[in-house]
Amino acid sequence: MSEVPSELKYTSDHEWLRVEDDGNVVVGVTDHAQAALGELVFVELPESGSEVAQGDACAVVESVKAASDVYAPVTGEILGVNEDLADTPEKVNQDPYGDGWLFRMRLVDPDVLGELLDAEAYQALLDELD
Amino acid sequence: MSQRTPLYDQHLADGAKIVDFSGWDMPLHYGSQMDEHHTVRRGAGVFDVSHMCVVDLRGGGARSLLSRLIANDPAKLRSPGRALYTCMLNAHGGVIDDLIVYYFADDWYRMVVNAGTRDKDVAWLRQHAEGCPVEVLERRDLAMLAVQGPQARELAAPRVGVDADAALALKPFTAAVDGDWMVARTGYTGEDGWELVLPAGEAVELWQALLAAGVRPCGLGARDTLRLEAGMNLYGQDMDETVSPLACGLAWTVAWAPAEREFIGRGALEAERAAGPSPRFVGLLLEDRGVLRAGYPVHAAEGQGIVTSGGFSPTLSRSIGLARLPAGASDRCEVEIRGRRLAARVVSPPFVRHGEPRVAL
Repeated sequence: MSEVPSELKYTSDHEWLRVEDDGNVVVGVTDHAQAALGELVFVELPESGSEVAQGDACAVVESVKAASDVYAPVTGEILGVNEDLADTPEKVNQDPYGDGWLFRMRLVDPDVLGELLDAEAYQALLDELD
Repeated sequence: MSQRTPLYDQHLADGAKIVDFSGWDMPLHYGSQMDEHHTVRRGAGVFDVSHMCVVDLRGGGARSLLSRLIANDPAKLRSPGRALYTCMLNAHGGVIDDLIVYYFADDWYRMVVNAGTRDKDVAWLRQHAEGCPVEVLERRDLAMLAVQGPQARELAAPRVGVDADAALALKPFTAAVDGDWMVARTGYTGEDGWELVLPAGEAVELWQALLAAGVRPCGLGARDTLRLEAGMNLYGQDMDETVSPLACGLAWTVAWAPAEREFIGRGALEAERAAGPSPRFVGLLLEDRGVLRAGYPVHAAEGQGIVTSGGFSPTLSRSIGLARLPAGASDRCEVEIRGRRLAARVVSPPFVRHGEPRVAL
């Protein structure tokens, strides 16, 4: 049973977003995603300062099995990335909602947050997959 | 409908993540592919490889059939129990399968062939055996386990259905049989160990006894990273029916002598050889961060090549791969990963052997 923290927003691509006090968002992959990917061995992150559109493949997580794209969950600017993952990509497996975060973004349109899944809706999506 | 080995329920009980492999429901890992990999390099692990197929050739015509069907020479199998790695080729010199042949008696040879090719292999063997004094027996009644690692033989010896001392005395690439049991000192990991063939009905008992003795269950994920580190080819990835053994690093398995042995594919291989140098098949070590994957283009001064197998090496903590490059390519190349070119170094496999790195990082 994978963990789905109630305070986060989710996408159907198994990414999570945490809205910070300043209105920016932190993005990562969900517990379900990290388990399905398998042990990560490499993470390729976007350039800080780059502009991405919702749905763009902007990062790649590579496990012992395969490479998988991570999509920009919203349109905006990449403010920073989790540099620690260069040497310790396994943090995504160990702590997907904490130390395993991927990047921070500034949203162009805060209204899109309302279109994302809440924890309950994401849990329902996971239940369908089982 | 997926096929299952006699150990399927046992895998579920052991917590396996099951995936489809060539139409078989097989364990990918039992929690951590990485830990399973390291266990085989340092201790002992056991793999269910019952999806592979044991084919017995029984009858006085077995050797002459093999002599025509395999690119290596079965005449090299001079004493009972010897094993030989070989390719079976089509008339165009393409690899139908790579396999091990064991010799037990003049009227009994045994082949162990890949899961994904078993049906076509058996059909090919039967087609060519027609009219010969030899029977092609697909042994669906047998299971196969690979117990691999520096401690594997010692831990498994008291639990196999062949005399333990005789089993421990086996030299590399030899096998002993007793009834439906076979112990062979072969493997696909670059470590010491055995491949065990036994009656399907005894597989669960052996598996549980090995686990009780401290042998760790390992899945196909670790099997793939171990074989890649060992520089061993994977059928369907590094070669197939469109690739000759000369173009996938297996020229050493082709027995050209004696010149009068007319194995299938020989004419095509001779023509390929006469036409000039074959593509270069090499190991690659990625110098930059990233992971090599099968299918990535490789750019060399002499032209473009392709990564045929790639992945992350848990032992080296670097990405490694096998690649086919243009003939005469130099040792410097770049691999194209998602539109970017990353530096890779050509190295000579194996990358790891008997627990030790064999390439400079």
